[in-house]
Amino acid sequence: MASTSTPTPKTNRIGLSVMEYKGGKTTLCAGCGHNAISERILEAMYEMGVQPERLAKLSGIGCSSKSPAYFMNRSHSFNAVHGRMPSVATGAVLANRNLLALGVSGDGDTASIGMGQFIHLMRRNLPIIYIIEDNGVYGLTKGQFSATADVGSKLKTGVVNDLPAIDTCVLAIQLGATFVGRSFSGDKKQLSAMMKAAIAHRGTVMLDVISPCVTFNDHEGSTKSYKYMKDHDEPLHEVNFVPAFEDISVDYDPGTTVDVTMHDGSQLHLRKLEEDYDPTNRIGAITRLLEAHEKNEVLTGVLYVNTKAPNFIDLVNMTDKPLATLPQEVTRPSRKVLEECMEELR
Amino acid sequence: MATTDVAIQHAGRPASKPIVNDMSIQVATVNGSGSQSSNTVLLRTIFQMGVPVSGKNLFPSNIAGLPTWYTIRANKDGYIARKKEIDFLVAMNPETAQEDVLSLGDGAVVLYDEPLNLRSLRQDLIFYSVPYDKLVATVCPEAKLRKLVKNMVYVGVVARLLNLDMAEVEKAIRKQFARKVKAAELNLAAARAGYDYAVASLTKQDPYRIERMDKNKGKIIIDGNSASALGCMFAGVTVVTWYPITPSSSLVETLIDYMKEYRIGPDGKATFAIVQAEDELAAIGMVIGAGWAGARSMTATAGPGISLMSEFAGLAYYVEVPAVIWDIQRVGPSTGLPTRTSQGDVLSTAFLSHGDTKHILLFPSSPQECFKFAGEAFDLAEQFQTPVFVLSDLDLGMNNWMSEPFEYPEKPIQRGKVLSKEDLERLGGFQRYKDVDGDGIPYRTLPGTEHPAAAWFARGSGHNEKSQYSERPDDFEHNMERINRKFETARSHVPRPEVHTGKSKIGIIAYGTSHWAITESLDQLRGEYNMEADYLRVRAYPFTREVHDFIEKHERVYVVEQNRDAQLLSLLKLDVSPERITRLRSIAHIHGLPLDARSVTDEIMTMEGK
Ligand SMILES: Cc1ncc(C[n+]2csc(CCOP(=O)(O)OP(=O)(O)O)c2C)c(N)n1
Ligand code: SF4
Ligand SMILES: [Mg+2]
Repeated sequence: MASTSTPTPKTNRIGLSVMEYKGGKTTLCAGCGHNAISERILEAMYEMGVQPERLAKLSGIGCSSKSPAYFMNRSHSFNAVHGRMPSVATGAVLANRNLLALGVSGDGDTASIGMGQFIHLMRRNLPIIYIIEDNGVYGLTKGQFSATADVGSKLKTGVVNDLPAIDTCVLAIQLGATFVGRSFSGDKKQLSAMMKAAIAHRGTVMLDVISPCVTFNDHEGSTKSYKYMKDHDEPLHEVNFVPAFEDISVDYDPGTTVDVTMHDGSQLHLRKLEEDYDPTNRIGAITRLLEAHEKNEVLTGVLYVNTKAPNFIDLVNMTDKPLATLPQEVTRPSRKVLEECMEELR
Repeated sequence: MATTDVAIQHAGRPASKPIVNDMSIQVATVNGSGSQSSNTVLLRTIFQMGVPVSGKNLFPSNIAGLPTWYTIRANKDGYIARKKEIDFLVAMNPETAQEDVLSLGDGAVVLYDEPLNLRSLRQDLIFYSVPYDKLVATVCPEAKLRKLVKNMVYVGVVARLLNLDMAEVEKAIRKQFARKVKAAELNLAAARAGYDYAVASLTKQDPYRIERMDKNKGKIIIDGNSASALGCMFAGVTVVTWYPITPSSSLVETLIDYMKEYRIGPDGKATFAIVQAEDELAAIGMVIGAGWAGARSMTATAGPGISLMSEFAGLAYYVEVPAVIWDIQRVGPSTGLPTRTSQGDVLSTAFLSHGDTKHILLFPSSPQECFKFAGEAFDLAEQFQTPVFVLSDLDLGMNNWMSEPFEYPEKPIQRGKVLSKEDLERLGGFQRYKDVDGDGIPYRTLPGTEHPAAAWFARGSGHNEKSQYSERPDDFEHNMERINRKFETARSHVPRPEVHTGKSKIGIIAYGTSHWAITESLDQLRGEYNMEADYLRVRAYPFTREVHDFIEKHERVYVVEQNRDAQLLSLLKLDVSPERITRLRSIAHIHGLPLDARSVTDEIMTMEGK
């Protein structure tokens, strides 16, 4: 499709140029963290050589939920209703198990109106990459607090939040998501590596990405500002991702990394910055996250990963072909079956 | 012990002229006492004897302990609507027995549990009493089971009194307990004990009798929800989501059973996915996601679920995604009467969601139509790329009905205007919301279609023909007008009404389960008042031309429905010309019981001033 004239543009492993991954021009504010996340998604998809037609982008409502329009125009997209994208995504994945589902949500979209659906999505371990573009406020409705705002965080108007923050990562780990991470829209390297690992995972990936709202929540007193993140970001490890198709082996000193083999054979190398952190230990992860709240730290990195748990598609014992395109010969039982059913009822 | 319990002196009238194959039997029991099996056996026995029969369960919103009534109507002329009067009461429930007896018309029969001692209540009824506990103790040594088996004893007594063939009773019991041989034997013994007791100790006093007929050849007995489930399976449904709610749960539960039996591929894997969602918001969301991605997807619910689905219904309408939603109507508002029937969701469903939305509705009136409309609903949803609501009700969904066997769907599955990769190669591209064919129905592609021009952006916000975000007034208006055009196209594609017209100036319009009362009422009007009325049964919204023609042809049109606010009549008012509106008169019922013919007849005659 990237028909070539001279000079040959750089292409990825499936022969597409990065242009084939572009979206529409963003209408979000200049400097909005969400734009940076869109860039990272786009790059990761390009670098991983994801066929754009295989991707299904889904979102709720909010500035964050608008962002699927700003990357990957060649992919189908569904901008659904506020907070209820998880169910739409679930339906889509059930209908076509070959799709790579990417859900883009906001902290308002997820942690308030969408909490019910979020929780149940995590429980099902549906194969999906679910990203929360987390700015602690409702950007699109002009800056009210969201449920991820920290206690003591201050709005521009001076209003102080005195309700505890919901930690979506703690919830996701507790509920059964199998790849849970937190990152920062300003940390290009970490977020890129985590995005690529997410693409390699088969199960629910939940990434909470702190994404400052420059218009309503980037001031002194905010705990979701660029400045606050610079001061409080505590990376647990250096995230390195080596895709399966790149035949590179990396050698680290034994004991300095946690190595995870992803479903597609890719390698995730987490070079330890915090000696005792084990991202395969659910309880340890939750404990450490709760502790971080006490210490005003924002822990980032791959918080939890489990490549063994069955995902929802496995659990429903679904046929290998997408349900959406099964022919009538498969989906309509025979005349004999109807006769049998009628006879039973006589 | 076996004292003769016939009190001739109390009988209202002597057993004079027999009344054959025309009666309603009401069984009053306690919920959860196993009476459902007994009642089904009674129903089936009469059915097997070739006599037209219907059964209606009037049950409480409770698992065990509250009163429940089951009414069986046997009628040689084939009337199967609820009959207002009870001819034969089987009184098993101490709590309601007195009131049940007091509400009977004179000459009715009461068969009661001896300790209830109901005989003294009325002088004008025929009483029989049976010492059930004593009888059941002889056949069921296990005390724990006696409560359940006790109800099968009355089946035997009734069989004797009404002249039912015990061989047919046995057959019905064996069918009822097909997979539980021991239970079948135990229940059979109980029925026999009742029968033998009646032979020995009861003398026939009442005129009611069942005699063999030949009206049920080839017929089946099925509830509407099972019929709907079968219909969905044969319609090729692939994604089903649900959240349990009476009276819709059994639709999906039956569907699960059928699909597990008949829709597992040779590889042992399911050709479907059925998900119990966390609520109705999620259920409809999943249906829409699946419909967008190309599956035949559905959910089933009742009024409260419909209310929750409102926002999503508007999304599907505006994004133009197929979805099939079964609403097995119960009585609202709010929780209302969850175990009673109504047609109360017509208006709210027709316009479900904010802004200008309107939806295709189908109104099945029989199990056969539940089966058939399942296929229609999926075809329409995909052809029109819109949600389709099938408005069944509790009476249809949960009660057992006699039915002709279902016909195998000959029409191939209609998947609507979906462009494939090959189509796109030929066309070079497409515009998602462009009215190419002039019928208002645009073309769509499915996610996963391997062509760079396949993708489109589904959004509930304003969009233009290319599915791009747009706030332009002209884009918005054009799009909404096109969707309206699509709805107008649907008018000539939805199921047409069933019309019976003669030369009468009086017309009746009804839909769904009201049909059964209407057919009987038409005969009453003719037979008792010498009045002919024409009848049109609406089967879908939007209304087809026939509906307008019918109103045009009649001076007075009675719109009969099971709600308070004349909901279908309100929809008709929006459709017909102002001069014609005055022709429409409402006959509306909201008691939660299935509609009966007598009420309709009486009301029409009153309104006719006769
Ligand atoms: C049912 C419903 N209620 C309210 C709204 C209004 N609304 C739009 S976006 C939004 C909050 C979005 O916040 P968030 O998800 O954090 O996204 P952000 O704009 O911050 O990226 C709200 C309340 C809506 N669209 N739908
Ligand atoms: S208001 Fe905030 S969240 Fe919305 S686009 Fe602007 S910066 Fe981003
Ligand atoms: Mg936000």
